[in-house]
Amino acid sequence: MKDKVRPTPRPGMVLAVDRSTPPILFHHGEGFRTERLPAGRSRIIYPAEPLKGLEDPEGAIHHALLNPINQDPLPAQLRPGMKLTIAFDDISLPLPQMRRPDIRQLVIEQVLEMAAAAGVEDVHLIAALALHRRMTEAELRHAVGDRVYDAFAPSGCLYNHDAEDPDNMVILGTTPHDEKVQFNRRAAESDLVVYVNINLVSMDGGHKSTATGLSGYQGLRHHHNVSTMQQSKSFMDQQRSELHASNWRMGKVLHDAGVKIFQIETTVNNNTFGVDGPLAMLQKREWEWSARDRAAFMGMQAGLKLSTTQMNRKIFQSWRAPYELTSVQAGEIEAVHKITTENVYAQHLVRVEGQTDILTMGLPYICPYNVNSVMNPILVMCLGLGYFFNLYRGRPLVREGGAVIMSHPTRWEFHPVHHPSYIDFFEEVLADTTDPAEIEARYERRFAEDEWYIHLYRKSYAYHGVHPFYMWYWGAHALAHLGTVIIVGGDAKAVQRMGFRPASTLQDALEIASDTVGSAPTITHIHNPPILMADVN
Amino acid sequence: MPTPQPTAVSIRELPLKFDKTLQVISEALAGRRLAITGTTGFLGTALVERLLRCVPDVQLVLLVRPGRRGADERIHREIIRNDVFDRLRHELGQTAFDQLCEQQITGINGDVGVDGLGLDNAGRDLISSCDIVIHSAAAVAFDNPLDTAVEVNLLGPVRLVQLLNEMGASPHFIAVSTCYVAGSRRGNAAEEPLLDGPMYVPLSWREEVEASRRRRITTETQSRDPACLEEFRNRARHELGAAGTPALAAKTEQLRSRWVHDQMVEAGRSRASSLGFPDAYAFTKALAETAVAETKGDLQVTTVRPSIIESTYSEPVPGWIRGFRMAEPIIIGYGRGLLTDFPGIPQGVLDVIPVDLVAAALCAVAARGPDPSRPVIQVASGAVNPFRFNQLVDLTHRWFSENPIYDDRDQPIPPPNWTYPGRGRVIRQLKRLRRGLDASERLLGRLPIRGRQAEISANLDERREQVERALGYVELYGAYTECEALFGVERLLELWDSLDDNDKESYCFDPRIIDWNHYVADIHLPTVVAQGRVKTEPTGRAGSSRQQRQRAQVLSPKRHLAAFDLENTIIATNVVVAYGWLATHRLPINERTRLITKVLLEAPSLLALDRRDRSDFLRHFYRRYEGAPVKQMAEDSRTMFSDLILTQAFPAAIRRVREHRAAGHTTVLITGALDFIVDPLRPLFDHIVCAELAQDHGTYTGHLASVPPTSESRAEVLRDFANAEGLSLSESVAYADSASDLPLLEAVGYPVAVNPEPRLAILARKRGWLIEHFDKAQGSPRKLLPISARQPT
Repeated sequence: MKDKVRPTPRPGMVLAVDRSTPPILFHHGEGFRTERLPAGRSRIIYPAEPLKGLEDPEGAIHHALLNPINQDPLPAQLRPGMKLTIAFDDISLPLPQMRRPDIRQLVIEQVLEMAAAAGVEDVHLIAALALHRRMTEAELRHAVGDRVYDAFAPSGCLYNHDAEDPDNMVILGTTPHDEKVQFNRRAAESDLVVYVNINLVSMDGGHKSTATGLSGYQGLRHHHNVSTMQQSKSFMDQQRSELHASNWRMGKVLHDAGVKIFQIETTVNNNTFGVDGPLAMLQKREWEWSARDRAAFMGMQAGLKLSTTQMNRKIFQSWRAPYELTSVQAGEIEAVHKITTENVYAQHLVRVEGQTDILTMGLPYICPYNVNSVMNPILVMCLGLGYFFNLYRGRPLVREGGAVIMSHPTRWEFHPVHHPSYIDFFEEVLADTTDPAEIEARYERRFAEDEWYIHLYRKSYAYHGVHPFYMWYWGAHALAHLGTVIIVGGDAKAVQRMGFRPASTLQDALEIASDTVGSAPTITHIHNPPILMADVN
Repeated sequence: MPTPQPTAVSIRELPLKFDKTLQVISEALAGRRLAITGTTGFLGTALVERLLRCVPDVQLVLLVRPGRRGADERIHREIIRNDVFDRLRHELGQTAFDQLCEQQITGINGDVGVDGLGLDNAGRDLISSCDIVIHSAAAVAFDNPLDTAVEVNLLGPVRLVQLLNEMGASPHFIAVSTCYVAGSRRGNAAEEPLLDGPMYVPLSWREEVEASRRRRITTETQSRDPACLEEFRNRARHELGAAGTPALAAKTEQLRSRWVHDQMVEAGRSRASSLGFPDAYAFTKALAETAVAETKGDLQVTTVRPSIIESTYSEPVPGWIRGFRMAEPIIIGYGRGLLTDFPGIPQGVLDVIPVDLVAAALCAVAARGPDPSRPVIQVASGAVNPFRFNQLVDLTHRWFSENPIYDDRDQPIPPPNWTYPGRGRVIRQLKRLRRGLDASERLLGRLPIRGRQAEISANLDERREQVERALGYVELYGAYTECEALFGVERLLELWDSLDDNDKESYCFDPRIIDWNHYVADIHLPTVVAQGRVKTEPTGRAGSSRQQRQRAQVLSPKRHLAAFDLENTIIATNVVVAYGWLATHRLPINERTRLITKVLLEAPSLLALDRRDRSDFLRHFYRRYEGAPVKQMAEDSRTMFSDLILTQAFPAAIRRVREHRAAGHTTVLITGALDFIVDPLRPLFDHIVCAELAQDHGTYTGHLASVPPTSESRAEVLRDFANAEGLSLSESVAYADSASDLPLLEAVGYPVAVNPEPRLAILARKRGWLIEHFDKAQGSPRKLLPISARQPT
């Protein structure tokens, strides 16, 4: 079912909180809090309403494939006897998973049709998951569709990228910055790599799709590190992101090594929770909630309270977002990505005047690394201080030395299959130190090269042993920038283990923050998701 | 050892050795040869020290049970090295001290508990050449088996006397007895031979010897009765579960011999109390006095009867004590709040005498020589300087209030208030409590609990043991606190009065000088607490410090090998669940339910079989794999690894395996699970020993290809593996969860109980093993039934 989308979506906005402002919705894991922010010194940044989706997604995709930017049309690049590899974004995109048909399915089906028409027989489909966990059969089916899955998986031509298979990985060269470029051998040896991307946030896509998605620890460690992350201000802003600079350098090495990539990038709108339906109120502004919205929200809150965490997790994880395709462009990576980024910004950017003392955020139940899984404390940190904090262009939303208050249950919970090294990272590494640089220096190598984690990454469904480190590095810029981090409603022990301060209510948290930012601080609440990116001047 | 402060009642420090020409006792004993028995005991050691320190050129012949090391080595280790000699060692210097011991002490192998004293001819000659023989060897424990008490306490002195008579020797024979030969009677007990006194019970000591020996034979025979053996075996099985034949056999035999021991102790206690004695010790000592009188012939005998001997008052230092004596466990039990009450008469006299006073009295008696008019000397305090039971309780209460013992959580333990109830009432209360605890423990033992819940069982067991111990104390020592006899010391005081002033200073045995408040609060209690190794101050590392130390030990690079059980040690699942998953994995929904229902219905009988014999259970259960395709099982097991095994795993256990590897230890998994199921776990371990099924044309036959590694065979497997790899089991660690894994745990130097079931929880607690509680990851997907995830269609 296609949701109704307003014909003229309103842009994002900043609301100054006054006495008449109703309590504000805070996402809080598999639940919600409603909080009143102090009048007179608080403001709320709302995301833009969902942009209009393309009327004919299949047509648009077809058009993009036939009219690529700076490259020949795709059919012209296909010939019998060639080696074709189609790589696609993994389970971490989009968030939450979108309703069927997934954009990847729509794109891949057309690419395969063209390949078949051109008589291409040697086709491999690879989930470009770098060091993420392998996708299960059900997840792959959801991403590429049953038709594609049944045609390729049984013969072993549709599979997950394996960055720890020594026969499967190859070093293609070194960047001028002495960064090794490690790449999937099949992709490297293909005559053409078609990359199918879903660009949810401005960090995604571009050279990062291939240089990161099809790489391994030997390549990733050059940009997935503390120094790079601290120099990326922010990593959501490609112009000022050292993470992207490194990926772009690697992209050049790939190009120079003869890897030919046909990049297909797509963007989706902000229709995360639906314009109508049970979660519709989550993407409305509180003062515009109808009586029905209020009743539905109260009912949901009551239901969540009665149910178990596991059950609530199941309910939320089964939500499929009614995202709509807003753009699709194909061809040469950098040119394609420029347009893609513009389209992402068109949906996400909200202009904000100046910084704030305290940034508050309600963290939802999902982040890129816990799809069908558990949002463990490290992922809470990564979502808040990595993703949400970095959703800015210009300057960080919160001033240097300011405070971040996040709301999330932050339970001492881990998925034993998906996040085994996270458990040990939390129990062993964080118990010792929370300083990213120290962690990187003392522990990263051991976890990265650990045979058992590698075994679980390759044979089970575990994130790579080094992955929790990257999560921690993702927050390194925020940790260096902030004076204090407070988590509301979290498990006190888990919060303290990460070096943060627990608070049971927002009022308590503001009280605690006053030690750092004074007694009458300015407060900004980032009303995310649906996603917004602050353009701070 | 630091010398404690001189006591308030000042007995001046002795002048240096050999500078006491004026002392009559020292002169009388100088250059004499004394044979002494029981010198590895409390009184004996004190006596040797006193003689060596105060009497010039005295020659000491010590009759010592050779044990494994021989008399000379035992004398060196157990007597000369004792801290009671620290003063003399300090005064003389180590070299001179060693020289002195060398010159003046002669050890001979002998045992008063066997006929002929176990002496060779040289030993017999040496003893009979002595001027004085002091017999202080005794089985002093109040809960000795009847025949042990008879052989040592009754026959010991008789054998000595017989030997001396046989050899035609006529030394002065001084027999150390006890005041309590007077029995549990009220009134005055004078210093006179039992035969002459009103307390004499006309008994034939020879008949008592015969009876006790017969009793031992009957009891041993009875313990081998089939019905009895069956009972012991059942109890062993109850305690250990399916631990395998050797472990069960060892346990059964242990239970049998403990039963015999208990029966003999009970026989002693009941025979003693039937004759009005507080225990078998006093009873056999009384018989010994009669027997010696009867067999002594021309030998000159003096009997010295001390009352309850406790730590030194001043010589050589205040507060010296050897071993845990009668009052000490009670005092520590009191300080730890374990003995919430104790029977006794508040105004009753507790006749305690410091050991240095007894040793001095023995020296004086020896120096004086035999005196037919004074054949018995009592060394006791009650008649002239009574120390009352309530005084002890008050002093102890006050002392522990000011110097509390701390519990595991660093909390001071408040001392209980004793109400002086009758013995019967306390015993009834304790017995009722014990029955209650027994019942709760039995109930818990039947519940399928483990880990932290099972610790309740261990707590109950600990509590039950405390109650047992309290009951033991009350039954044994209660009689002493209720004793209302007053032991006369006229002869002792006459002897005291006959001494000159110098002797009085050097050999003080006047019980009137004891200041009880000072003795209890400043001397005895600090000593007892120091000896009791209890926590007298908070450590600041509440609770887990011991566990942390043990963890550091098992992970020390010095260890060689770490062996792991699988089920409930590393994963919270078992062979039945794994079978359920594999069997349902490719089945349609309705058939899955049917199969699982069938397995669930069989669960109780499977559980019972598993409890009886693990190997039989596995053999029986694995038949279900008959006809299963080998390839398919391997493939499905790989899926099961993520869907079941890892979701049920204990992350901390997996981390521990890896920590062992990181520490350079060899890691081994020993499990009764099937090879294809544990196959994905291979990268975690260096070596896996598991069950394997026989194959036929690409399918499993359902029969085991080899004996599955369960219970005792696990220990064997580990032993073989360690031998083959040249690793030492005493430097190895083993992790397991159930009492049936005991052989494995006992085979290594560092056993670790993981999430133990109640029986193992109890054993592990008792033996001080490291206990770990490994949990599944919070957030693990929950599986109510062992069914595989639905297959995508």
